[in-house]
Amino acid sequence: MKLLVCISKAPDTTSKISFTENNTKFNEAGVQYIINPYDEWYALVRALELKETLGGTVTTITVGKADNEPTIRKALAIGADDAVRIDAEASDALAVAKQIADYVKNNSYDIIFCGKETIDYNGSQVGGMIAELLDLSYVSLASKLEVNGNTATLERDIQGGKEVVETNIPFVVSCAKGMAEARIPNMRGIMAARTKPLQVLPGSEAPKLTEIVAYSLLPEKAGCKFIDAENPGELFQLLHNEAKVI
Amino acid sequence: MKALKGGEFLIKKTLPEQVFIPEEFDEEQKMIAETCQSFLEQEVFPNLDRIDALEEGLMPSLLDKAGELGLLGISIPEEYGGFGKDFITGMLANEKLGAGHSFAVAQAAHNGIGTLPILYFGNEEQKKKYIPKLASGALKASYCLTEPGAGSDANSGKTKATLSSDGKHWILNGQKMWITNAGFADIFTVFAKIDNDENLSAFIVEKSYGGIELNPEEKKMGIKGSSTRQVFFTNCQIPVENLLGQRQEGFKIALYILNIGRIKLAGAALGGAKEAINQSIKYAVEREQFGRIIGKYGAIKYKLAEQAIRTFALDSALYRCSSSVQNAIKEEIENGKNKQEASLTGIKEYAVEAAILKIFGSEVLDYVVDEAVQIYGGMGYSAEGPVERAYRDSRINRIFEGTNEINRMLIVDMLLKKAMKGELDLLTPAMAVTKELMSIPDFSSTENTTLSEEKKVLANFKKAILMTAGAAAQKLMANLAKEQEIIMNISDMIIDLYVSESVLLRTEKLIAKNGEQAYQEQIAIAKVFIYDAADRIAKAGKDAINSFAEGDEQRMMLMGLKRFTKINSINAKEYRRSISDKLMQNTKFCF
Ligand SMILES: Cc1cc2nc3c(=O)[nH]c(=O)nc-3n(C[C@H](O)[C@H](O)[C@H](O)COP(=O)(O)OP(=O)(O)OC[C@H]3O[C@@H](n4cnc5c(N)ncnc54)[C@H](O)[C@@H]3O)c2cc1C
Repeated sequence: MKLLVCISKAPDTTSKISFTENNTKFNEAGVQYIINPYDEWYALVRALELKETLGGTVTTITVGKADNEPTIRKALAIGADDAVRIDAEASDALAVAKQIADYVKNNSYDIIFCGKETIDYNGSQVGGMIAELLDLSYVSLASKLEVNGNTATLERDIQGGKEVVETNIPFVVSCAKGMAEARIPNMRGIMAARTKPLQVLPGSEAPKLTEIVAYSLLPEKAGCKFIDAENPGELFQLLHNEAKVI
Repeated sequence: MKALKGGEFLIKKTLPEQVFIPEEFDEEQKMIAETCQSFLEQEVFPNLDRIDALEEGLMPSLLDKAGELGLLGISIPEEYGGFGKDFITGMLANEKLGAGHSFAVAQAAHNGIGTLPILYFGNEEQKKKYIPKLASGALKASYCLTEPGAGSDANSGKTKATLSSDGKHWILNGQKMWITNAGFADIFTVFAKIDNDENLSAFIVEKSYGGIELNPEEKKMGIKGSSTRQVFFTNCQIPVENLLGQRQEGFKIALYILNIGRIKLAGAALGGAKEAINQSIKYAVEREQFGRIIGKYGAIKYKLAEQAIRTFALDSALYRCSSSVQNAIKEEIENGKNKQEASLTGIKEYAVEAAILKIFGSEVLDYVVDEAVQIYGGMGYSAEGPVERAYRDSRINRIFEGTNEINRMLIVDMLLKKAMKGELDLLTPAMAVTKELMSIPDFSSTENTTLSEEKKVLANFKKAILMTAGAAAQKLMANLAKEQEIIMNISDMIIDLYVSESVLLRTEKLIAKNGEQAYQEQIAIAKVFIYDAADRIAKAGKDAINSFAEGDEQRMMLMGLKRFTKINSINAKEYRRSISDKLMQNTKFCF
């Protein structure tokens, strides 16, 4: 099987988030990047498991500049065979999806894996857009994926239960928690990663339909107000006049 | 400029470009560090209580898992099933795993004192037979030197080996104490005297040979999850080919291995210190009293800053020394030595620096965990909180791998021996200092940069030490060894010098790379550390001088000491605040 896994970087969850240029740019200074956990723990590892049982290759693809290479190398260390980096700005979801779709058109794959979302922008759009651009079926938020011959059976967690979906190969899937267990890259993998092929391709023309106008942080948590248990009237007053929720 | 030899930091200058700094780890090294961290987070941290309860089979299974990831073979040559990584990479992994409490000790004992005697002193057959299995974790190792009557005085052990009448076996009898990993070890490297030899020999003993019995687990203050037992050998039959190295070479082997063990212990302490700081910062920004988070109070800011200052200093000194060792190993290999011989020579060359790091590392960790408990208040004293265990686990580091007292004596002893052998010229610079004492001080300052004062003071620290140590050695001659208080003073001065210089070199190198603006807090750290070191060096020097000099000589030396430890005043409070504010902004150790 030829498996393609979309990998993007995301700030480490302990990173201090701040903005520059009048709150229009994310401040990257001092930010540590990791592989987006949904891409790493679920998409990449499930792809590797399928390769290990069914044979084939796992390629990763990343749209972005050279500063993505440490995370790409980590994906190779975890076990991907080779990597592609499309040397273009990952400016919005469609721009990314278009680059990936253009690449896939020239290099057919059986399954294209995405994470269900990146933990920074939580867009959850790229997988669906790739599928649309390639005219493939798309299963979002899958927590289980089995391949049987030319078809695949997937499970999705839905409100109060599960949905089982079947689709023909090729298809695009976005992976959610439960799909696989995280793998720690071992020494052998880390050393092999250095020599695995990482192909850098120029980006193609891609539309840019959205623009980030401003960022803001959540307001700081206000202090806690204590109200005497004997005085429910004050509570009502505060909720009505100050918090304006009733 | 040629790299400095061991001990030469006392008399020569090092340039920033000659040292390796932790900011220079490459992508692969960072990935290895991340793997170590992930291993701790997934396998060790969630199981700390079970580990400390010595749950049957748990520690060996953790070592197995670490082995599967390749973490037990990082620095072992590829021809023996390892990954052949250099000294600095091995140190980084050792630092990261060092935060793993009892697991860190088990891992270090296996990987270090357990495996290295065979790797460095084994013959080809011994290495082929044991190293690949030790590198994978299939075999687990321990190191048996200490006996009930032979601790610091390790060469005085009573364990005996005699050749069997058919000449096929060594028959081993005796008792070893405090043996880490004893509970599950497959391999014991045992030090014993053959017949009436004066010196120890070393043997590779497999558990399966029989004649080995264990006492129950020792009940310890900390590292409760690390197996520590007495080991009894009763007519244990060791095949003759399992003598390690030459007969009577055991003490030499033990000392070589301790040299590595010491610098590695400093690495593990660094990992533990960083983890304890992270816990401290987390609590300081969460816990509120009197309506504000406690991290807003100056008393707490001071603690966070001081934890970070000392940890940064340790980090700087550790990788400076590691790079010295690594470069020496490289040079030896280029000179035609094989890897193992080259490693031994490289490590031995920097034995003084390794002893400095052992002491400084264990004392920094003790300081950091102590203040961590204080920052947590009552929660620090609770066994349910995250820092109580760190506090208890830290304490052993000042005791094993040579107590800090023994190491302090070694520093002075080794330096004097180097001087006597003509490897280190202490005399010429010491005489130059004496001459300088008679002359009028030179106040003309040529340089005026952010760290020029610190650079100048650092050169003076060397003079203060050469003056004090030189006079002590001259006056007391062979009796110096009996004046341990003075030796402790001199050692403390030397430790402060080496560490101060390491902090300064690292900060200078950072500035040279990316400018001052990006490193305001590192500059603050260098300034505060060296400012404080000046006082400590002055005090230790004064105590030493006052105990052996009198009259004019005493007055003259005290004046010299004052001159050589003089430093411009700084606002240490503001510098510390800037450091702790940055830590809290990042909610983790970020230097
Ligand atoms: C948890 C633990 C694990 C250990 N693991 C191992 C292991 O795996 N293998 C192994 O072989 N050993 C191991 N040890 C032993 C350890 O290395 C020794 O405890 C250590 O070397 C000190 O020896 P001692 O306990 O006999 O103390 P002593 O030597 O009796 O020292 C007592 C005190 O006297 C001081 N002192 C001793 N001699 C002098 C002197 N000449 N001048 C001034 N002061 C002096 C010491 O500094 C110390 O303060 C372990 C110990 C512990 C506690």
